Amino acid sequence: MANTLFDKIWDKHVVQYVEDGPQQLYIDRLYCHEVTSPQAFAGMRARGLKCFRPDHIYCMPDHNTPTHDQDKPIEDPVSKAQVDALAKNAADFGLTHFGMMNPKNGIIHVVGPERGLSLPGMTIVCGDSHTSTHGAVGAVAFGIGTSEVEMVMASQCILQQKPKSMRINIEGELGKGVTAKDVALYLMSQLTTSGATGYFVEYAGSVVRNLSMEGRLTLCNLSIEMGARGGFIAPDEVTFAYLKGREYAPKGEDWDKAVAYWKTLKSGDDAVFDKELTFQAADIEPRITYGTNPGMGIGVTEAVPSIDTIPEAGRASYLKSLDYMGFQPGEKLLGKPVDYVFLGACTNGRIEDFRAFASIAKGRKKAAHVVAWLVPGSWMVADQIKAEGLDKILEDAGFELRQPGCSACLAMNDDKIPAGKLAVSTSNRNFEGRQGPGARTVLASPLVAAAAAVTGVITDPRTLM
Amino acid sequence: MKQKFDIITSTCVPLPLENVDTDQIIPARFLKATTREESFFGENLFRDWRYHADGTLNKDFVLNDPAYGGEILVAGKNFGSGSSREHAAWAIAGYGFRVVISSFFADIHKNNELNNFVLPVVVSEDFLSELFASIKADPKMLVEVDLPHQTVTNKATGRSERFEINGYKKYCLMNALDDIDFLLENKDKIEAWEQQHA
Repeated sequence: MANTLFDKIWDKHVVQYVEDGPQQLYIDRLYCHEVTSPQAFAGMRARGLKCFRPDHIYCMPDHNTPTHDQDKPIEDPVSKAQVDALAKNAADFGLTHFGMMNPKNGIIHVVGPERGLSLPGMTIVCGDSHTSTHGAVGAVAFGIGTSEVEMVMASQCILQQKPKSMRINIEGELGKGVTAKDVALYLMSQLTTSGATGYFVEYAGSVVRNLSMEGRLTLCNLSIEMGARGGFIAPDEVTFAYLKGREYAPKGEDWDKAVAYWKTLKSGDDAVFDKELTFQAADIEPRITYGTNPGMGIGVTEAVPSIDTIPEAGRASYLKSLDYMGFQPGEKLLGKPVDYVFLGACTNGRIEDFRAFASIAKGRKKAAHVVAWLVPGSWMVADQIKAEGLDKILEDAGFELRQPGCSACLAMNDDKIPAGKLAVSTSNRNFEGRQGPGARTVLASPLVAAAAAVTGVITDPRTLM
Repeated sequence: MKQKFDIITSTCVPLPLENVDTDQIIPARFLKATTREESFFGENLFRDWRYHADGTLNKDFVLNDPAYGGEILVAGKNFGSGSSREHAAWAIAGYGFRVVISSFFADIHKNNELNNFVLPVVVSEDFLSELFASIKADPKMLVEVDLPHQTVTNKATGRSERFEINGYKKYCLMNALDDIDFLLENKDKIEAWEQQHA
């Protein structure tokens, strides 16, 4: 027996093994947002079905929500229709719904953990590839398609081939200015965007153990960008301290029982992984991307790779990518003028990210030519920013906070980076047009984003710390 | 849409780029639909590669080249990476593709194709590069995808390869059945699991 934590959680949830086929997996939690659920609800209606276990399903809009004036109707009629459809579907099917302006609303992958809805040992799915985020609490969490969302609505189960297991150890101590985001960007550049495809990743090692829950959520969030179905971290005291007292987490005796079980959730000393990799923290510096997939990354002080380092089959894509970004092979990006800065998304929209950004902004001023969008991941994060006085620090530096949502990460609302403009973003994807048609994205940590925002150019944040 | 899958012999559309992500297959601004009309998504397949920013046709993009057509899309490795949006599979199906051949697919997108009766066929790097060369030499060359025998054949060179698909999914595709049909028949097992784990 392999005896990995992944096996323990997955195998426990197998309802049946389909002959010469996939496994039927029981799902503890389904999250639905407005973009990938309407056709699933329509399918349920067409088949005349009710949700099998409505109390396992939580819905909230996040992709289309504007980041200003959320108390007023959404101006874009198509966005409004999709957000309204989710509210109606949730009501019709008897599901819990945190609508816009509900204090529990926010990005689904920020809200789930912070409300204690995502718990260790669970299986969690959502029609969203960044569902891997919830793995940070020690859950098996992964993104699915809309047909699969419908399967879970209909049966609380999904048919899946069991992925292989991979352990990634990151050892040592992170240097100054190096965050969980930089670790993830480093892993993607080492593994490429397909290096973990077919695998479920357990993150381990001293760096991971020492990460805060916010850092762990960032790391697990980006698992999909290496191709992994999901990534998770065995629950420990950091996890328990984070979850204790959260709204939907168990209470009293139930809490004690839960923690006793959660403490058993770890890979055995004899665990055998299909693949195991180890990286050293000392090799990781603050990072940026230069291309149009998240694996195309470098240290902030490094140069764009030259063409001869790229394998033959990948050269057409590489050149197309650099042409789109307007960068040259072999050039350094330090000092490149930046037009936009985006802090937020399910990747870096949590309180620690705003603390990091504010630590650089404090006592400095936003560069006049930079447009900065600072978007908390949820109302809970927005409230915490105020409670800690970070809003004052940011306002004094010339920044304005917006209202929660996915925002410029994929530009389904009004927050679109204009064509040709260069944005330093704390989000998760630098694909062509991701932040708006023609927009050019450099992915980075909140520290690198803040350094760009105050200097107006791509800057090594360590020079400002 | 649900349709029975057997043997498909067709010309191909070549897209020899790696890491084609689902944001390219269907950009996010087309995800606001609340219905599943494949024709809408098909019209916007590879939208920002098919059209210039000013709305004019990009004549350099392969879908706009009258020399190429057919029911088979051939793409570079790691096709369908990124977002889980099933709209990408709807767009591929809606455009009229029934098969996508690549040397490597992203996991979620691969499932999404299968759930929409589009067959992802994984071939070796070598087979793929030869296939790209064959299509370039003769855009009218044919490829045969035989699901019952799980083989893919480059008719120009005669080279054939076996591809993998699990028996359950193969049965579903050949008989136009989907997973929900299966799951609904197994409710008793689900309830039994719940009782055991309550």
